[in-house]
Amino acid sequence: MSTPSLAAPGRRRLPLVPTAALFLGALYCLLPVVWVLVASTKSGSELFSTFTFLPGSGFTDNVADLTEYRDGVYWRWMANSAFYAGVGALLSTAVSAVSGYALAVYRFRGKETVFNILLAGVLMPPVILAVPQYLLLAQADMTDSYLSVLLPLILSPYGVYLARIYAAAAVPADVIEAGRMDGGGEWRIFRTIALPMMLPGLVTVFLFQFVAVWNNFLLPYIMLGDDEKFPVTLGLYTLLQQGSNTPALYTLVITGALLAIIPLIALFLVIQRFWSLDLLSGAVKS
Amino acid sequence: MTRTPRRKAYGVKSAPYAFLVPATLLFLLFFALPIGYAVYLSFRRTEVKGLGLGKDAREEIWAGVANYTDALSDSELLDGALRILGYGAIVVPVMLGLALLFALLLDTDGLRARGFSRLAIFLPYAIPGVIAALMWGFLYLPDVSPFLYLLDAAGLPQPDLLDGGPLYLSLANIAVWGGTGFNMIVIYTSLRAIPAEVFEAARIDGCSQLQIALRIKIPMVAPSLILTFFFSIIATLQVFSEPTTLKPLTNSLSTTWSPLMKVYQDAFVNNDIHAAAAQAVIIALATLALSFGFLKAANSRTKQGDSR
Repeated sequence: MSTPSLAAPGRRRLPLVPTAALFLGALYCLLPVVWVLVASTKSGSELFSTFTFLPGSGFTDNVADLTEYRDGVYWRWMANSAFYAGVGALLSTAVSAVSGYALAVYRFRGKETVFNILLAGVLMPPVILAVPQYLLLAQADMTDSYLSVLLPLILSPYGVYLARIYAAAAVPADVIEAGRMDGGGEWRIFRTIALPMMLPGLVTVFLFQFVAVWNNFLLPYIMLGDDEKFPVTLGLYTLLQQGSNTPALYTLVITGALLAIIPLIALFLVIQRFWSLDLLSGAVKS
Repeated sequence: MTRTPRRKAYGVKSAPYAFLVPATLLFLLFFALPIGYAVYLSFRRTEVKGLGLGKDAREEIWAGVANYTDALSDSELLDGALRILGYGAIVVPVMLGLALLFALLLDTDGLRARGFSRLAIFLPYAIPGVIAALMWGFLYLPDVSPFLYLLDAAGLPQPDLLDGGPLYLSLANIAVWGGTGFNMIVIYTSLRAIPAEVFEAARIDGCSQLQIALRIKIPMVAPSLILTFFFSIIATLQVFSEPTTLKPLTNSLSTTWSPLMKVYQDAFVNNDIHAAAAQAVIIALATLALSFGFLKAANSRTKQGDSR
């Protein structure tokens, strides 16, 4: 709390206007989520005939239809997304951790240059990267593979930036010095002393990367042709595209969208306590 | 470090470089090499020899700046850039204005359900842009939309939310919906970092909550505002997945609606990678110019503020 409530007793009224305004904002943000929840309960005919926010009777049928659709390709997409996001975020966090640690605790030639070059990566429009990445991977015969979606996302300039800030704040120089006195090698000091200290910050980096990879569309859209390897975002997009010719697929798209956001929302709710939002904005309390 | 034995000191010196090996390798392979390759491709073109048949009928040759002059005089790319400017002129001020407003409101004393509001407004951050566009797309669709249903029930005319001017608003709304919460959290976090004594002093001087917000809080979170502005501009220039997702629902979104869509179209549909590479380089340069211009302007503003 930035201002203790004892500060000005008596004069304070209940802040009705701010509370109401924030409720309106919350309502606006929840509206599409509530809609997709309701719409996924409607059968194909109910979708276009009943009032939008009136629940229908077809939820289990919709899920069954979605599961049946092309031998369960939808669940394959979900598993793919979990794989891309899980493995991608894990590798990305590992790379960010060692790089951020090195940039935070050591003094060496070219340190700021390395950091600035890595950061400039943030400014690169993904398409200037994705198109030549595709062409280069095509020459290595690696397009349309899991690796083509995974590898380009491992290095995250923002992840390195966050890890550096967090390592600088969380790992005191004298602890590292003490580790050296005890004869520990640099790698051992990093692994056994610094890494546990950085862990809370690394959770944020992991979550940030997980969301970024799960939400990514452009890279799989460019790299993949075989829909068995699609993440769920790309799968739903292709389903929607077919749906414009066969509106019966719309209920599948809607049910699929709901099921695709549930894991992320759940993840979000469970770990928001551990998620250090201070770090997300680059401000670490000292 | 001076006290450590020689052998150790050597280890310490090489350690940071060893730690940076994975990042450097990935950077070279997936950032530097593709950028270099894109620049190289942008100066080349394919020449068709003879009848254009057979294996050796196509040849890649040096093109000079031809691809660039073509791109800069391409009306499709220019129109896309103008559309993005219009779209960004709606998204950036509305999104950041709302983010700042919500952050200031969240910072009010005695607020009810603060946690709920904060979480609900931040929630869209967790939802992929494609799925957000998909959900809103259905909410815009005449047969499904609750807004149009209500307008109809009230006997009012129903605008086509997926055409003309309203289409800009509809697309902008998806971006505002998706981005407000994240920016709100960034601003809110830096609001919370302001020491409480600052507000105490102002309150004793007789400042109202509104005056504190306008004269103290907003200037003190200026660095966060600059940061969020910066990222919003970059994100706006790169908009791709939302209009691409909405495309199946409407005929008024062309395949070259945004500059990135145009690059994709040229690279993968028209198979002209050289034109696409030149356009991508131009977009990257424009992004860099805009970002640095903005940062420079923001910097000189802050410096000016300091000297006063």
